[in-house]
Amino acid sequence: MEKKVKNFGYSVTRDRQIDFDANNHDVGKIVALAEPTLHLCISCGTCSATCTASQFTEFSLRQVILLVRRGETKGLLKEVSKCMLCGKCQLVCPRNVSTRNLIIQISRALCNHEVSGSAMLKP
Amino acid sequence: MQKHIVVIGAGPAGLESSANLSNLGFRVTLVEKEEVTGGHLNKWHALFPSLASGKHTIEAIVKGLNPGIKIQTATKVTGIEAVNDYFTVSGHNGWQEKADAVVLTTGFQLFDSHRKEEYGYGIYENVITSADLEKQFASGKEFVNRQGKKPERVGFVHCVGSRDEKVNNLHCSKVCCITAVKQAIEVKQMIPEADVFCFYMDLRMFGRHYEELYKQAQEKYNIQFIRGRLSESTEDKDGNIIVKVEDTLLGKPLRIKVGLLVLMAGMEFPPATKALTNMLGLKNVSDGFIQPLDEVLHSNLTEIPGVFIAGTCSGPKSVSDTMADARSAALAVAEYLK
Ligand code: SF4
Ligand code: SF4
Ligand code: SF4
Repeated sequence: MEKKVKNFGYSVTRDRQIDFDANNHDVGKIVALAEPTLHLCISCGTCSATCTASQFTEFSLRQVILLVRRGETKGLLKEVSKCMLCGKCQLVCPRNVSTRNLIIQISRALCNHEVSGSAMLKP
Repeated sequence: MQKHIVVIGAGPAGLESSANLSNLGFRVTLVEKEEVTGGHLNKWHALFPSLASGKHTIEAIVKGLNPGIKIQTATKVTGIEAVNDYFTVSGHNGWQEKADAVVLTTGFQLFDSHRKEEYGYGIYENVITSADLEKQFASGKEFVNRQGKKPERVGFVHCVGSRDEKVNNLHCSKVCCITAVKQAIEVKQMIPEADVFCFYMDLRMFGRHYEELYKQAQEKYNIQFIRGRLSESTEDKDGNIIVKVEDTLLGKPLRIKVGLLVLMAGMEFPPATKALTNMLGLKNVSDGFIQPLDEVLHSNLTEIPGVFIAGTCSGPKSVSDTMADARSAALAVAEYLK
C-alpha cells in the first residue's frame, strides 16, 4: 500500500511481513480454549478441497485456521462468514479437527473482538 | 545342550534373524504361515533407492541360510505359552515346538485401500494401489491402464491409510513417500511422454540417497509435486479419474484428470498377530505396533524375557532398516541365552 507523504517528494511503502509481535493473538487463544483441535491442523488442504464455498470464493478453511494461529485477524470475519456450516470438511479431516465448531468459535471470538475490542466474552 | 529358537514369520526380518542366530550356533526353527518364505518382498518388483530387484534380494538372503535351519512353512502360529523357563509354540496344523527364546518377525499388513471409499479403490478400475503397481511392474507386461491404454497422466496419492485418524491410523508408514518417488520414476521410464504427479502433505525423504532420488525425479523426469491431500476422486465416462485437492501452496482448489491413480497404501499391525501378542500379554501401543522394552537401549526386547521383536512388527521400516534390526535382534537373543 502506497501513501504519499505530504510535502515530501517520496512515498512510504508498508511492508507485507506478518508482524507477529503486533498481531492479535487473543482470538487464537480464546478459540483454542473453546475448541482445542485448532492446534491439530496440519494444513493438508483436504477441507478446502472438498468445501463448496472454496470452489466459488477465496475462502479456505485451511487458510483461516493459519491466519488465526498467526494472529492475522484483520478482515477475517468477512472471510469466515462465507462458510455455510455444512460440515463436509469435518468428514474428511485426517486430524479430526472439529472444523464446524472451530468456525463457530472463530466467528464468535472475532465478533466479540469487533464489538468490544477483546475476543473475551463479557460475562 | 544346544539352545533352540523359534522365529515367527519368514519375511526379510525372520530370514535374516534366523541366518544370524544359526551362524551364532543356535538351533533355529523358522515358522511361516504362507507356502513360501520371503513375505511382502516376493511381490515387490524393485526396492528404493537403488532399484534392486525384490526377488533377487530375497534369493540372496535365502542363500545365506544355514542348511541346519528348519523351515516350517504353511503353518499359522496359534499359540505361544511360557512354561517354566521355555516356551511352547504351536501351529494351527498340530505343529509344536519347545523354544528357549522366541523372535517375533511377523511384519505388517498393507492397509486395505477399500476403506478409503472416497478415493475409489474397488469402485473405479483405474484406481490401483502401490502394491498392485509393483505386481504390474513385475509382470514385465506393457504398462497400460485398465482400458488397455497408455495413461497420459499418472497420479500418486501419498498417505493412504497413514496419517489419517479417520481410519484410526495416526502414524506415518515411513516408506511410502520414497516408494512413490521410485514408482513415479519407473512409470516415466516406461512411458516417457506421460505426465506424473505426486499429491503429498509432507515429503519424508529420511534415508540415505532418498533426497537424491527426489531430486532426480524433478531434474531428470519432471515429476510434479503438488502439496495437497486428496479429498475425493470421481470417474469420467472414459474411465479417467478426476482428482480433487487443494494446491495448498497456491491456496486454490485444483482439479486434474489422470488415466491412472496410484494409492500409496500404508502399513498396519495385522490383527492375526494381535491375537498372539494378546496371548503373550505384550503391549500394543496406540499405533497398534509392538512396543519394545526401550526404544533406544533395548529395541529388540519386549517386556517378556525370552520374547524378542524385529522388523516391522515394531513399527514401519524400510527393508534395509528391517535387515539391520534383524541382525541386532540375533545379538540380543545371544546375549539373553548366554
Ligand atoms: S462447513 Fe464451511 S468450511 Fe466446512 S465444507 Fe462446509 S462451507 Fe466449507
Ligand atoms: S482437513 Fe483438517 S488438517 Fe487438513 S487443513 Fe483442514 S482442518 Fe487442517
Ligand atoms: S512416508 Fe510419506 S506417504 Fe508414507 S505415511 Fe509418511 S508422509 Fe505419508
